[in-house]
Amino acid sequence: MLQDKDRIFTNLYGDQPWNLAGAQKRGIWDNTKALLDKGADSIIGEIKESGLRGRGGAGFPTGLKWSFMPKESDGRPSYLVVNADESEPGTCKDREIMRNDPHRLLEGCLVAGFSMKAQAAYIYIRGEFVMEARILQAAIEEAYEAGLIGKNACGSGYDYDIVLHRGAGAYICGEETALIESLEGKKGQPRLKPPFPAAVGLYGCPSTVNNVESIAVTPEILRRGASWFAGLGRPNNTGTKLFCVSGHVNTPCNVEEEMGIPLKELIEKHCGGVRDGWDNLLAIIPGGSSVPMLPKSVCDDVLMDFDSLKAVQSGLGTAAVIVMDKSTDIVEAIANLAHFYMHESCGQCTPCREGTGWMYRVLTRMVRGQASIAEIDQLHEVTKQVEGHTICALGDAAAWPIQGLIRHFRPEMERRILEYRKQAA
Amino acid sequence: MPKLTVDGIEVEVPAGATVLQACEAAGREIPRFCYHERLSIAGNCRMCLVEMEKAPKPIASCAMPAGDNMVIHTDSPTVKKAREGVMEFLLINHPLDCPICDQGGECDLQDQAMAYGRGGSRYDENKRAVKEKYMGPLIKTIMTRCIHCTRCVRFVEEVAGVPDIGAINRGENMEITALESVVDSELSGNVIDLCPVGALTSKPYAFNARPWELRKTEGIDVMDALGSNIRIDARGREVLRVMPRLNEDVNEEWISDKARFACDGLRRQRLDRPYVRIDGRLKPASWDAAFRLIAEKVAATDAAKVGGIAGDLAALEEMTALKDLFAALGSPNIDCRADGAKIGAQHRGDYLFNATLAGVEDADAVLLVGSNPRKEAAVLNARIRKAWVQSNGKLPVGVIGENADLTYPTTYLGAGPETLGALLGGDHSFLDVLKKAERPLVIIGAGALAREDGAAVHAAARQLADQVGAMSDDWNGFAVLQAAASRAGGLELGLVPGDGGQDASAMLGGTMDVLFLLGVDEADLSGLSDSFVVYQGSHGDAGAHVADVILPGAAYTEKAGTWINTEGRIQMADPANQAPGEAREDWKILRALSAHLEHTLPYDDITALRARMAELIDGLDMVDLARPGTPGPASDAAGDLSDVPFASPVADYFMTNPIARASETMAECSELYSVGKAGAGEATGTDG
Repeated sequence: MLQDKDRIFTNLYGDQPWNLAGAQKRGIWDNTKALLDKGADSIIGEIKESGLRGRGGAGFPTGLKWSFMPKESDGRPSYLVVNADESEPGTCKDREIMRNDPHRLLEGCLVAGFSMKAQAAYIYIRGEFVMEARILQAAIEEAYEAGLIGKNACGSGYDYDIVLHRGAGAYICGEETALIESLEGKKGQPRLKPPFPAAVGLYGCPSTVNNVESIAVTPEILRRGASWFAGLGRPNNTGTKLFCVSGHVNTPCNVEEEMGIPLKELIEKHCGGVRDGWDNLLAIIPGGSSVPMLPKSVCDDVLMDFDSLKAVQSGLGTAAVIVMDKSTDIVEAIANLAHFYMHESCGQCTPCREGTGWMYRVLTRMVRGQASIAEIDQLHEVTKQVEGHTICALGDAAAWPIQGLIRHFRPEMERRILEYRKQAA
Repeated sequence: MPKLTVDGIEVEVPAGATVLQACEAAGREIPRFCYHERLSIAGNCRMCLVEMEKAPKPIASCAMPAGDNMVIHTDSPTVKKAREGVMEFLLINHPLDCPICDQGGECDLQDQAMAYGRGGSRYDENKRAVKEKYMGPLIKTIMTRCIHCTRCVRFVEEVAGVPDIGAINRGENMEITALESVVDSELSGNVIDLCPVGALTSKPYAFNARPWELRKTEGIDVMDALGSNIRIDARGREVLRVMPRLNEDVNEEWISDKARFACDGLRRQRLDRPYVRIDGRLKPASWDAAFRLIAEKVAATDAAKVGGIAGDLAALEEMTALKDLFAALGSPNIDCRADGAKIGAQHRGDYLFNATLAGVEDADAVLLVGSNPRKEAAVLNARIRKAWVQSNGKLPVGVIGENADLTYPTTYLGAGPETLGALLGGDHSFLDVLKKAERPLVIIGAGALAREDGAAVHAAARQLADQVGAMSDDWNGFAVLQAAASRAGGLELGLVPGDGGQDASAMLGGTMDVLFLLGVDEADLSGLSDSFVVYQGSHGDAGAHVADVILPGAAYTEKAGTWINTEGRIQMADPANQAPGEAREDWKILRALSAHLEHTLPYDDITALRARMAELIDGLDMVDLARPGTPGPASDAAGDLSDVPFASPVADYFMTNPIARASETMAECSELYSVGKAGAGEATGTDG
């Protein structure tokens, strides 16, 4: 269990003021100049060493991502883009950071942007986060006023701007290239890769898109040293992580924990356990709606980190743990997610545009059992036809929950079909 | 030059090529819907997925740059599965109404479903239906068939330069729609060809024919002076539609809406038998009677009072016959410049688009003098736009004349010749732009030459071209954009007044006793009341109204014709269908008439006629090649520039020749686009 001294997000619950004075009491903006004085390469090196992996879901090594940015400008400016379009169902960690600890993000923006020689950071915040946008904007103004950002940020001699941009409420705009398109004022549709944003990103300039949490933890890593961060968790799955636990637990919560904490421990320790006891557990979606669910048997001893969850054919995703007890209609729950992906598909490429609707409709029938047994295999095949064939990962995200359902709850699906048939006869 | 392996075949492709192009280089066919060579890459249909070794999932070959040492498989089980999957997805919400779909038989979706599909559907849910969109009188929409490839969106945005089509909504509710109800482009019809399914089809052609019933003939368009390469699809005697043919140097694969949709004009208002005016009324007559009447008149008239003018659509064949006939009659009164253009025929470079049409893309500065290329040569305008796009929006385009929306930004310099004079006098900032350019292009419109001071405008433009270095060893940027398909050919043939002869303007003023009009309809014919007018042409249009004898000729699709386009390119066309009734190919009419005039022309068949043409035109064997010329020396004695603003010869884009004027489709377009835009006010239905 994470000790209090190792906690990064010390105001996750908003016990202290979010403003600059409060933030400075928590050590934020404390001699940031010294961090910048380490030099860009050293910062990137340290982040690489810390083993920090992107907190937005895919888990790509953050330091490595930054190192893709051009070291020398070819005349174009570079940008840091912060993905604050947190829309993954079940996920509410970035919201809390921006609501209660915005300066931690802003300091991260400066440090990260400096290390990749960016001129400015654009924070693209989910449109529905009205209060968070207001707080973040106020924090940005505070930081400008205090000379922490803007011209000669923190007295480092480096000029750095931070711009807040509010989205209009589309899940797909959390995909990095769709986010860039939307930021540019276009329809939010993912771009083809290559070229990757580090080569051609925002306004055609080299850009890096990072999750709020990834950026927010960087100053602390630099202050305490890469080895401190790397010492937490397990190799290749280091550091601390914000977990958002929701669903059928007694006290749903956001909590910062060490990577690799056992799932059961996470739920028992922080969330008061599953409603009516652990044995009442049906399944858990461990990483936000996009990842395949885990049945109770797996939940018993799985660890919460990238590699452990991958080994059980799921993923850490955004670490949004959705707990479902035995009162859950599991097929309907997944049909509900399928509806979400159908609704949020941008419609650009064929498999996702056509496949998400197909999958949803078949699943809706399967909730009632109004299908044939063979259709389960067919549905599985359709998910395979979508997965890996699309421009962005939304197709995968739509397919995986359904694959998880079929993998673990096929008997339940068959039972409903047989029952429906019996009733119809 | 990356080297990669496709299905075990090693290929080397130019840097910047895509994997799809590499696969094609290796002789592998890659199915695709959204990809189109002339449009930006969208990568959205996912039909072109191939397997790349070391990649975790299949890649979209259209979007992936070819790289060194890539190993690509296009025939693996993964690829087959991926294609089947995408095909199935495309079809689940496609109505499969092929039996009533106009695209049937030439549908990419149909063909590729046959080749790459699974053969059956497993989709049991309800299909999506999408409301039709109104895209004007040319494009019929059945949007339920749409597969969202966005080719049409990219075409209008990138090539046509009018972002009138777009996609709204998202996910399976995404719809392609015309944003402002009609597509305001002279190139809009091309989206019909681009649409890989039957979502956008030709409205005038709807339910007319199946592609396999059509006889396809390669032809040359005469609606403007570009000589766009077309395919004429006919059934029986009727031309049902016109489609573009690929010619990179002329029209790439686009044609203008007029070229495509005016073909219904070939069926209406046709002159299908000779007429003779008796007591002020035109009465049907036999060929013999008509010829005899003409022979009588000509015999009774002094040769100096007999004249002939060739119109805008004439082919070289009939113009040759006309020239020879008048030479035999001993009359010098002959002219092909029916619009009264003040250009000489001595130097080919004086009247040709010497930079060549494809050369437009090399220009690094453009000056338009009295030309609106969007109306006069829509496909060329797209080429200028392409040059502008390729320059990343840096190509400077100056305009002297009509300040029209050309679909790319222009710098408006002034309305008339005085601006040209100012430019020439060094009194203008745009002069520097032209001077700094390495390959400046000066385009002179036909409208700038067909006026009182036409010769002076020509001379001034010529001097300006010299001054800014538009003519060097490897670049000739002096370019006359003709508006009539026949003009360059006529001038090259030397169809201009001989010694002491009168030009078209004079003859149309009524100076001739007998005037022969070979398809002259665009000129002012009101001064001919005292002349005996013989009109030979295809349509009952302006010329026929003033005629005393009408000889029914063939339209451009109905004859073996040769045309020289505005860049001097000689192109030949075969007849696609037969002229109606007693109408005949024009050179044959002149040949028959010559016998009645007792000056029988010495050719009995087209081969002999073309041999005669080759005597008159240097390099007639250089078919299909651009033959730019060198302008003659700038003349000082061309007169003064006036201050009358330039006007385009094309007032109404849809109404520039008898065929277009006879076309119902063009009439509808004219009503909607030209008249509607001119601010005719709200039509009530009773105001006509």
